[in-house]
Amino acid sequence: MDAKELIARRVAHEIRPGMLVNLGIGLPSMVANYVPAELGVFFQAENGVIGLGARPPEGMEDENLTDAGGGFVSAVPGAASIDSAMSFGLIRGGHLDMTVLGGLEIDEAGQLANWKVPGKMVPGMGGAMDLVTGAARVIVAMQHAARGASKIVPRCTLPLTSLRRIDLVVTELAVIEPTEEGLVLREHAPGVSVEDIRAATAASLIVPAEIAEMQLA
Amino acid sequence: MKGALRPAAAAEMIPDGASLLIGGFMAVGTPERLIDALVARGAKDLTVIANDAAMPGRGIGKLVTARAVSRVVASHIGLNPELQKLMIAGEIEVELVPQGTLVERIRAGGVGLGGVLTPTGLGTEVEQGKQKVEVGGRTFLVEEPITADFALLAAYQADYVGNLCYSLTAHNFNPTMALAGRTVIAEPASIVPVGVIPPDAVKTPGVLVDHLIVRAA
Repeated sequence: MDAKELIARRVAHEIRPGMLVNLGIGLPSMVANYVPAELGVFFQAENGVIGLGARPPEGMEDENLTDAGGGFVSAVPGAASIDSAMSFGLIRGGHLDMTVLGGLEIDEAGQLANWKVPGKMVPGMGGAMDLVTGAARVIVAMQHAARGASKIVPRCTLPLTSLRRIDLVVTELAVIEPTEEGLVLREHAPGVSVEDIRAATAASLIVPAEIAEMQLA
Repeated sequence: MKGALRPAAAAEMIPDGASLLIGGFMAVGTPERLIDALVARGAKDLTVIANDAAMPGRGIGKLVTARAVSRVVASHIGLNPELQKLMIAGEIEVELVPQGTLVERIRAGGVGLGGVLTPTGLGTEVEQGKQKVEVGGRTFLVEEPITADFALLAAYQADYVGNLCYSLTAHNFNPTMALAGRTVIAEPASIVPVGVIPPDAVKTPGVLVDHLIVRAA
């Protein structure tokens, strides 16, 4: 199993029946593949649909039905199409149960940077600032390191997405919960030791006596 | 509603230097024929306010390629490397606004409100130079309303009095922008007799719409 699949399957385990969930572009969108239909979860795409479904069969795409990454999607029974004011009303207004986003950096305060690398990459924040500020639960799904450098750092050096402390970080090595006291290591991936995780993490981690192995959906 | 125009006639009405609200999310729900006509006219120095800058070859991306734009207000320009280069080179000014804030600023402008109080952006680069207020013990950023000379919309259907309805994720910013343009021009995929769009299905009442674009030949 590759790193991204492992992360997606662990995040899927966080999803509860009946939730409204927003998945970011890229790795986070893979989470939907591991959420059984019988959970009755609705996925929101912030461009304007609640009840996002799988990509339609070849040749049956609707140019007016895409996800927030611009890819063709379908809609599940019970879906609703909404405009951007409603969509962000749901997000900012606390009606969204969970958002799963990618990250560039997470720090010991649990704050996230994921929208800008000054001078290099300025894609814009899109909906990320509203999602992190407003969602009931914020999960960051990302690889532990980028080009050999830990993405979990003492203090974010990149521009913050929000002051809000995110709720959970899931990487291919570990599940980490940001708390008032700092970053608490909750779970290790199969075959990964606490020492491996410490060595791969630039931030300091609080390590309780009991660390569970990741449960995968 | 004053009547239906050919795209070229609409482009003639829009002077160089005008500010434009343009509907669409990654070019889904964007008035492509109007944009083509602006490019054909050689429009210059436009301010474009839109969710995103689409991509080269589609929607607002075509205005960027034609150097018809001097200023962009958007939440995301990540799929338009051309605009990112022009921004870094200082040739096009870009203001990045969180997506939920952008749609509410436009809504505020269109519905006569003095601005928006939002928690989104607090403690980030977005708050620079902005007033903060406390309401009920919570801190909010004060975000100013947005209006523009023109709103250029895409719709699914229009009827002869300009009532509009939209399809699936092609709603996005269109219904909100319909309130905030001093002149509103809508490009529907089809124009139908009055009554075909049931009153309950009308998302933008025709009283807001100044001109329709004639059906595609």
